Amino acid sequence: MKLNRRDFLKASGGLIVSFSLRAQGPLQGSPPLNQLDSWISIAADGSITAYSGKEELGQGISTAQQQLVAEELSVPFNRVKLIYCDTALTPDQAHTSGSQSHPANFNTDNLGQAGATAREALFRMASQKLGVPVEQLTASDGVVSGGSKRVTYGQLVEGKKFSLALDPKAKRKSPSQWTVLGKPIPRPDLPDLVTGKFEFVHNVRLPGMLHGRVVRPPSVGATVANVDESSIAGLPGVVKIVVKKNFVGVVAEKPFQAIQAAAKLKVMWTPGPTLPDPATFHDSLRKQPSRDTLMVDSGDVNQKISGAATVLKATYLHPYQMHGSMGSSCAVADVQGDRATIYSATQAVWYQKSTSAMILGLKPENIHVIFRRGSGCYGVNGADTVTYDAAILSQAVGKPVRVQLTRKDEMAFENYGPAYVIDQRASLDPSGNITAWDHESWSPGLGNRPGTNRPGNIITGSLLGFPPADFAPRSPAPPPGAFNNNSNGVPSYLAAGTGTVQSGRVLTHAVESRFFTGPLRSPARLQNTFAHESFMDELAARAKADPVEYRLRHLRDARLKEVLSAAAKTANWETRPSPKPGTRRTGIASGRGAACVLYEGDNGYTSLVAEIEVNQDTGKIVVKRMVAASDVGPISNPNGLRNQVEGGALQGLSRCLGEEVTWDSEKITSVDWRTYHSLPLGFEVPKIDAVLINRTEGEVMGAGETSITLVAAAIGNAIFDATGARIRQVPFTAERIKAALAARA
Amino acid sequence: MAITLKVNGRSHTLDLDPATPLLYALSDDLQLNGPKFGCGLGQCGACTVIVKGQAVRSCVTTVKSVEGDDITTLEGLGTPDKPHPIQQAFVNEQAAQCGFCLNGVIMTAKAFLDKNPKATEAEIQQAMSGVLCRCFTNVRMLRAIQRYAR
Repeated sequence: MKLNRRDFLKASGGLIVSFSLRAQGPLQGSPPLNQLDSWISIAADGSITAYSGKEELGQGISTAQQQLVAEELSVPFNRVKLIYCDTALTPDQAHTSGSQSHPANFNTDNLGQAGATAREALFRMASQKLGVPVEQLTASDGVVSGGSKRVTYGQLVEGKKFSLALDPKAKRKSPSQWTVLGKPIPRPDLPDLVTGKFEFVHNVRLPGMLHGRVVRPPSVGATVANVDESSIAGLPGVVKIVVKKNFVGVVAEKPFQAIQAAAKLKVMWTPGPTLPDPATFHDSLRKQPSRDTLMVDSGDVNQKISGAATVLKATYLHPYQMHGSMGSSCAVADVQGDRATIYSATQAVWYQKSTSAMILGLKPENIHVIFRRGSGCYGVNGADTVTYDAAILSQAVGKPVRVQLTRKDEMAFENYGPAYVIDQRASLDPSGNITAWDHESWSPGLGNRPGTNRPGNIITGSLLGFPPADFAPRSPAPPPGAFNNNSNGVPSYLAAGTGTVQSGRVLTHAVESRFFTGPLRSPARLQNTFAHESFMDELAARAKADPVEYRLRHLRDARLKEVLSAAAKTANWETRPSPKPGTRRTGIASGRGAACVLYEGDNGYTSLVAEIEVNQDTGKIVVKRMVAASDVGPISNPNGLRNQVEGGALQGLSRCLGEEVTWDSEKITSVDWRTYHSLPLGFEVPKIDAVLINRTEGEVMGAGETSITLVAAAIGNAIFDATGARIRQVPFTAERIKAALAARA
Repeated sequence: MAITLKVNGRSHTLDLDPATPLLYALSDDLQLNGPKFGCGLGQCGACTVIVKGQAVRSCVTTVKSVEGDDITTLEGLGTPDKPHPIQQAFVNEQAAQCGFCLNGVIMTAKAFLDKNPKATEAEIQQAMSGVLCRCFTNVRMLRAIQRYAR
């Protein structure tokens, strides 16, 4: 028999569900996106369940989605139960990523439109039942009323399905009518989180569950030569040693037994090729075969620049950085025969399903992936790879297996945010206005998220013998395609984007990386924006213009101008060129810097003003205040938005000041919190002002990656303002700041 | 061997290798969700429990070394219906993103403030300088700790 979602929910309460499901035959596929029943069901008692393909990672989107459905159905927030990212239950919305959950479900498709479709259907049913015209009906708290007549949603639906397509014309409530959406409703998961009741994927416990541990290569690219199984003979609790190509793991009865067995297992490895020399790494990227892309090319950049009286050039460097999730990644898999039930913190349950099927050699339709929250993920941490680990080990023993990575395995093999080298060139006219801007970048890549069919894009899939996505060099670049600034490669000030400068060229070179890379929060956008917004400041300084005024002068997008002005106003920005006049060259110097961007070219207007102090003797920076302004369309939950803006600003600060993946000739050396430098919870935390511009009209945009994108530029610009020294390499370590100070004219 | 652990006021006798880190006994044998594995190196705080009034990193503390001692986990402070004031302070400030670090943050702050009830803001910052939140909810978390301290 096919199990439907209602039966499924009756058994809800977590883990019981998967067993009943496995026992009862083929899994139902994900429900179709265009059907109302895929998104919303109303039970006979009137309780409302909403289904979403966008998950809660800690960004607050589940609260906002619950608000959205409650709003469209005119019920209190608590009346809605939200289920998300379960391949058997919820519509397939691909990844939860790229600040796309808010636009995807709150604009004119998907979950929000389902809410409106349901409300209109309920009104039609009520009209028929009560004999009152639709326009005379009102709804409140799950009851439709017309004059003295009333009927509840439960009575109207009678536990049946709607059997309706999503209606693109169903009228959405406007922000001016909102009573639930747009309010700072507290997150419902907090009481459980603060008391230890909340179940993370790390806390999933299945009956008969065993514990696995993986043995990763000791160096990048090493391959298995020999595994000496006798080396752990007689250790207590060991169930099995699993070797498949270069994948090595052990399964034991208890976690500590698995840990001891993995530590003692003797594996001979053949080392991989020597890693690039870190000292010359950035420059070496320029010399590799590359895949070239022209994002824009006005065709006249060289001519403008060569004929100009004033030309500026600068090179900006960014390191590889890591997600460095707080908890090392964990998953639980139960693979028995031709079926698998998998609990994973992946950001893409559907792709985990199709790629797990590949590594297990099973049919995708026999794999059920259920999202359980993991430690904060900002793109693709170890969640997907550890899910493969658990699945392979479970398949080998035919029992449920839980795997949690070590800190080192998490950090040494994740898909890092890529390094960048960015060359900037621009010409100015006699009044200091920009006449042409030329941008050329080099960035290494390897693998990515697994997508639908690339398990080799992450370490476990690769160890199992699956190749990563192909790299195909291409040079020269073909002419630019349709304009798209998804990567923020194009500076805001070019006319092709949000600015006024007519002449511009943006050329990117993708080269091969020795380390896996992936979409770490604000991928490419952060690195490109660091270079653009720092260079813009250099141009303003050369033109002896105020950095905010100079930006406004070269922008034509009214919303970007407004968001920049809003931050400047809140920060009491003093209009004058940088550096600040009269600064001494020793001791503490203070300054301020600004930056702005339209994230992804269409997904969130944001600006940031940072106020800092630099100790010119030690090179140490203290950030005193950050003012972050956002315009992301209608605000669904102002408290949630503030939380994202604040968290992004400080995560950006940590990435700007200390975070850098390091390596030697054979292996990654930043493998714990002593060698990878994150800011801790307790430090001199700057005051953060989140300035929220609430648009009551227009499209909803993303908010998760806005403030983080601007931090390095705003801080670098503030250092310049304070000291006259320009720092062009992230992270801004004390040594680099001292070197920049020493290089001042 | 048989090891007796006194956790949240209850005694549990478990058959464990005495070298087992306390964290595994709490998470696996006693099925507690509060203490978390973050790094296994005592560097991030996620596994913190309170033993005899001291914040202790349970990932690097053997079960043998705390046998018979009073061990309090996050669950031992309060429940969703009756949260401890420090837990309530985190709810009031909406001080979480993913929430994975909350155990370490709350347990470290509680142990510190119980001993230093008049701690200044700078002292609290210092006390929390060995704890991580990688979603960087610092502003709200430090505010929640101050709220509890007052």
